Amino acid sequence: MGESGLRSAIDYLKIPDDGSPYLEGYVCGNCEAVFLGKRTTCSRCGTRDSMHTKVLANTGTLYAFSVVYRSYPGIEVPYISAIVDLDGGGTVKGNLIGVEPDPQNIKFGMPVQLVFADALGRKDQNGNLYLAYFFQPHTDS
Amino acid sequence: MNNVYVAGVDMIKFGRFPNRSVPDLGADAVHGALDDCGLNIKDMQAMYCGNLMQANAMIGQRILQQVGQTGIPVVNCANACATGATAFREAWIAIKAGLYDIVLAVGVEQMGKGLLGGAQAQQGIPREGLLGSSTMPAVFAEAGMEHSNLYGTTFEQFARVSVKNHHHSTMNPKAMYQVETPLETVMNAEMISYPNTKLMCSVNVDGAAAAVLMSECKAKELELIARSVKIRASVLTSDPWQERDLVMPDVNSCTQKAATEAYEMAGLGPEDIDLIELHDCFATAEILHYGNLGLCKPEDAGKLIDEGHTSLGGRIPVNVSGGLLSKGHPLGATGIANIYEITTQLRGEAGTRQVEDARLGMTHVIGLGSACAIHILEKSA
Repeated sequence: MGESGLRSAIDYLKIPDDGSPYLEGYVCGNCEAVFLGKRTTCSRCGTRDSMHTKVLANTGTLYAFSVVYRSYPGIEVPYISAIVDLDGGGTVKGNLIGVEPDPQNIKFGMPVQLVFADALGRKDQNGNLYLAYFFQPHTDS
Repeated sequence: MNNVYVAGVDMIKFGRFPNRSVPDLGADAVHGALDDCGLNIKDMQAMYCGNLMQANAMIGQRILQQVGQTGIPVVNCANACATGATAFREAWIAIKAGLYDIVLAVGVEQMGKGLLGGAQAQQGIPREGLLGSSTMPAVFAEAGMEHSNLYGTTFEQFARVSVKNHHHSTMNPKAMYQVETPLETVMNAEMISYPNTKLMCSVNVDGAAAAVLMSECKAKELELIARSVKIRASVLTSDPWQERDLVMPDVNSCTQKAATEAYEMAGLGPEDIDLIELHDCFATAEILHYGNLGLCKPEDAGKLIDEGHTSLGGRIPVNVSGGLLSKGHPLGATGIANIYEITTQLRGEAGTRQVEDARLGMTHVIGLGSACAIHILEKSA
């Protein structure tokens, strides 16, 4: 929990007490495979105890997506579920925002950037609010 | 090593049977498979039972309580949508190992309607629709869109899979549906998760299927060999590490690995196979597996469906039963229902949907998470 008082929506989203939120990867010291979420053994090469953490990039490109029109009860639709390859390693899934949820508007390979924001107002059973991450189209300007 | 055969097999007509129990449905399939080869429950030396949703409920034993409690060993197994195929393969292994001559494999499932799973969070907040989607239609939509990204596959090509499989099921009285769905109907159906419309999602149904597996010696001794179908290959894989598999459950590499191993075990290649029942849980998935199973290069998968090569009468008919899209997908039963279809075809007993001169057939299932099972079956010489 950082200054905002928001909790992290998922374990690999880190909220430092001072500084900006970021996504944390675990990198194998032997084969350099990148994982989301903590682990001690590499599932690519089997090496134990050589994992180190890495701050994942806030930019990447769109690899695949779906526009979701029907979901579980209580989940607002439509939304774009996006698979993004982050620059420098790591693949993350998240909502793509700032684009009309129409397949015509979404291009493979389009540059996107990570933004951190309130988790759509969702609260846990104790009324706590959360911080989540989203992707939005990235323009250099 | 002793060859293993499918001597008897059956499936119930898939549908919705809310007033019947899982053991009830399984018992019907067992009776069908026993009758198919003229044997008695007392002839069975072991039983492998696949059921997913009630994996802790001793379904195999409860089926025996309905058809005959002979005291044989029963193993209940769960392996996502590969559950039935896994039970079948365990039965094959038991005979291969020389422990038994006659083994029963059963798969059975009762399903609710609608999307599998739910959004409730054990702790924290629900992540569905917040950090992308984890619904099955979305996961397989994304897998299809990866294919679109790499090879340019189109929504229309994915939709054609559904047109084909629904057409095939009009010739299968045991399928859930016997309804034609023209391309416009498929493409204009409710969009669930682009590019999968409602008609491009498999049907949640109740179902059961069972098979009697037998050693070659026993099949000859009982004079059942003529109608029996030889198991030329049985392979099970899990998903090898892939760089995106934490966010994109991988159904490709486990299928490619299983296919390679199955062809090697059978001493065959994809060009030798006459028909395939593959895991079309969503229309997008079938397109991926054309390449994964070596039917064509991955980039030609869209063309394969466009040119009709995988339709009944085509070069390599796929899912002539109607597939999971129209026959239905009772998770634990699906793997053995595929064995029923291929066996029926190889026996030349498939009626109007018969693939001409079918001699070799393949079954393929994927359990997300992931497990892939492939079997290659051959008509008796």
